[in-house]
Amino acid sequence: MSKFRKGGKKELPAISTASLPDVVFILLFFFMVVVQMREVSLMIKVKVPEAAEVNKLEKKSLVSVIHIGEPLKQYQTKFGTAPRIQLSDQFASISDISNFVIAEREAKDEAERPSMIFSLKIDESTKMGIVADVKTELRKAAALHISYSAKKKREN
Amino acid sequence: MSKKLPEVPAASLADIAFMLLIFFLVATQMNTDTGLERRLPQWVEETQENEQDVNERNVFVVLVNRNNDLLVQGQWSKVSDLREKAKEFMVNPNNDPALPEKEPKEIPFFGEVLVSKGVISLQNDRDTKYEMYIAVQSELVGAINDLRNDLAQSKFGRTYEKCSEEQQSALKEIYPSRISEAEPKRIGGEKL
Repeated sequence: MSKFRKGGKKELPAISTASLPDVVFILLFFFMVVVQMREVSLMIKVKVPEAAEVNKLEKKSLVSVIHIGEPLKQYQTKFGTAPRIQLSDQFASISDISNFVIAEREAKDEAERPSMIFSLKIDESTKMGIVADVKTELRKAAALHISYSAKKKREN
Repeated sequence: MSKKLPEVPAASLADIAFMLLIFFLVATQMNTDTGLERRLPQWVEETQENEQDVNERNVFVVLVNRNNDLLVQGQWSKVSDLREKAKEFMVNPNNDPALPEKEPKEIPFFGEVLVSKGVISLQNDRDTKYEMYIAVQSELVGAINDLRNDLAQSKFGRTYEKCSEEQQSALKEIYPSRISEAEPKRIGGEKL
């Protein structure tokens, strides 16, 4: 027996951690690829309302967002406090919506166009007048599939 | 010159990578957008006014004024009562002559079913708050979803969402989501 047991007090070799960085890097790359950073910087204040019945918008690539709300403090001197529309990165007027719809549609694959969704992120204190005007423009541009962005209401 | 250069220790590499990883984990927001999905009606030119002749008993009139008050079928009411009222309207359990008519329809899984001809009509003012509008919409959509869910539960023994596509379309035919929105009125107020 003693033939095999040399020394007797030989310690267990430490587990090599040389591959740990590789594992972590793989995780890191995974997250970097999956994550999409905030695409637009909001220039308006949007607090979406709560609703009892909400669906999840599954395919993010098919969703185009239209924001409506009060301009933030630093823009109020220039744009006032009345609710404004923000399309992608800038303030827009009602008449810009049809161009926006066309541009968004052009950017998508032809096969994906019928399932496009326009998500309306509208501040809860906005009046319906401007919302109705936007809806009319969307209808004129044949962008009929919309979603009113809302948070799920917590059950009390 | 046989002496080798000492190897650079790689032990701290893992720490650096971990820090980057944690930064990305914190900076990421995996928020999925949630919302009320609706389909807008096709745009028709103003000239061809599509005044469909709908029987008065078939219309569930919901009005919201500029002070965010709710008028349901001519009665002042609360948002919390709206769902029950809409459900009662769509089902019409006792064949009340004041509630909508029904017409028999052949539907897969169910055979011949009496389907309500009811339409929900929603009109708001240009000064109505968006929050109120969404609350009303949510209740109306919720009423129809509840009806579909109840029927799915009693017929197929599972929720509407878990039903197959054919079953869902059958349920949709029995309880169609007919919510029509009139152009908002402009009574006084600012001009845009």
